[in-house]
Amino acid sequence: MNPIISIDNLCKTYDTGFEALKSVSLDIKEGEILALLGPNGAGKTTLISAICGIVSPSSGTVTVSGKDIIKDFRQTRELIGLVPQELTIGAFETVWSTVNFSRGLFGCKRDEAYLEQLLKDLSLFDKKNDELRALSGGMKRRVLIAKALSHEPKILFLDEPTAGVDVELRKDMWAIVRKLRASGVTIILTTHYIEEAEEIADRVGIINNGELLLVEEKDHLMASLGMKQLILELNEVITSIPELLAEFNLELSENGSSVTYTYDTTEGGANIADVIHAISEAGLVFNDLKISQSSLEDIFVDLVKGAA
Amino acid sequence: MNFRAIKVIYANEMMRFWQTFFQSLASPVISTALYFIVFGAAIGSSIDKIEGVSYGLFIVPGLTMLSILTHSISNASFGIFFPKFTGTIYEILSAPISFYEALLGYVGAAASKSLILATVILFTASFFVELQIAHPVWMVSFLVLTCITFSLFGFIIGLWAGNFEKLQVVPLLIITPLVFLGGSFYSISMLPEFWQKVTLFNPVLYLVSGFRWSFFEVSDVSVGTSLMMILVFLSVCLAVVAWMFKTGYRLKQ
Ligand SMILES: Nc1ncnc2c1ncn2[C@@H]1O[C@H](COP(=O)(O)OP(=O)(O)O)[C@@H](O)[C@H]1O
Ligand SMILES: [Mg+2]
Repeated sequence: MNPIISIDNLCKTYDTGFEALKSVSLDIKEGEILALLGPNGAGKTTLISAICGIVSPSSGTVTVSGKDIIKDFRQTRELIGLVPQELTIGAFETVWSTVNFSRGLFGCKRDEAYLEQLLKDLSLFDKKNDELRALSGGMKRRVLIAKALSHEPKILFLDEPTAGVDVELRKDMWAIVRKLRASGVTIILTTHYIEEAEEIADRVGIINNGELLLVEEKDHLMASLGMKQLILELNEVITSIPELLAEFNLELSENGSSVTYTYDTTEGGANIADVIHAISEAGLVFNDLKISQSSLEDIFVDLVKGAA
Repeated sequence: MNFRAIKVIYANEMMRFWQTFFQSLASPVISTALYFIVFGAAIGSSIDKIEGVSYGLFIVPGLTMLSILTHSISNASFGIFFPKFTGTIYEILSAPISFYEALLGYVGAAASKSLILATVILFTASFFVELQIAHPVWMVSFLVLTCITFSLFGFIIGLWAGNFEKLQVVPLLIITPLVFLGGSFYSISMLPEFWQKVTLFNPVLYLVSGFRWSFFEVSDVSVGTSLMMILVFLSVCLAVVAWMFKTGYRLKQ
């Protein structure tokens, strides 16, 4: 299947001379949820802004649904909804007039039924006639989402959607994101919270210093890059690992009450049964066993450190 | 063309104006009335007629110009500066609209506001003087051209201005003096010859002169020259805007 967004060697150097994007290439699949993960200043917002037309790329191309974002900007932008990182919103309009404004800006016919349902889904309907300046931060964020969805986009960008957001809105937001995905909308979100990417994304792209370090299926990423650990709680405290177990590189905990076997799932050869067997052979008795998988966070920290 | 977008930008800009209709118009109406009381009645009674026109009547076109120049510039510049300042411009930039469509919405709204204002000022003036308009079609044409040109000029200033101070500098420090020194409240034939020559470099002179001619058929320069000058200024503004569009000047990084 053709990618819905195709980014090819995209570079952005700001007027200050700062290189915010260094030749980024990325294909985004239709209908997926892609999380762009990276620390502050990594270039996430710049990447989104370039695709949406807010920042002019210095070089490289982006196509959306096969159309160039500069030459065919009308067709590409019609497909895209954007929820910006900052709470940039007017003051004196009402919620209702601002969503109608957004819809009109994208050239769509008025559709009160659709917008009413949208406001209801976002728990905004009872605030319909409130002025924007009277809304709380969380409510403003909801309005920004409503504005981004007002023209029924096929692609939704959420730039750090959960920064400074309360638990309830966060839950609502994920519910909306899942519902949108079920209806075929492609979602790209940026975050520096790893749990978020882990929780919701199909694929994860890791970006640092303007470079896309990798893009992987989330499950595959965690499986292939993740190290697993087998931890055995011993019945008795030991002072050293028996000679017999040397080949497995076991680690003894400081207090001597547990041993940890770390293995890489990609190496395939890891045979936990062998390890457990050998441990029994060596005369160690254990009363508990657990396996832990490294989280995206560990992977992320490793990658970012490696790149620095 | 994304007509719906132009329409919503225009309507959105006008909405605030209608919401605060009376506040927006109270100040120009009051200041116009004050000008008439002070210049028309109090001082004007001791000033001779200028080329057969009583002083109170003579200042009507200049007064109208003063208001629409300053309001066109401040409305249009604020209209585009504010979204830039608050960041809400992101929506305009990411929407499927061209620079020119956005321009049409913003400048159209600012020019409309100025036209409404001019109408209200002329209406107010009619309470103080017997208003006569010799060439209504020319009068409306000058008015519309001036509103559009200076709204466009305001749009350029709004894009250029990096802060609120710069936004106010141009109307305050450039336009107001030019209007006062451009023969809005006197005929330049009343000036010494040297200053008459200097005044010919003031673009506002041509606007006021042509506009006044459409009322009373008296003018400092020929009406053709006035029309040409305003068209020249309009073209310059359009050229600047076209350049801004091409380079994405101060809109896109
Ligand atoms: N308008 C700008 N001019 C100059 N530098 C900028 C501009 N916008 C962003 N940057 C720089 O580009 C880098 C990437 O910024 P950004 O894309 O906002 O990162 P992120 O969204 O990942 O936090 C940062 O170092 C930032 O300082
Ligand atoms: Mg950002």
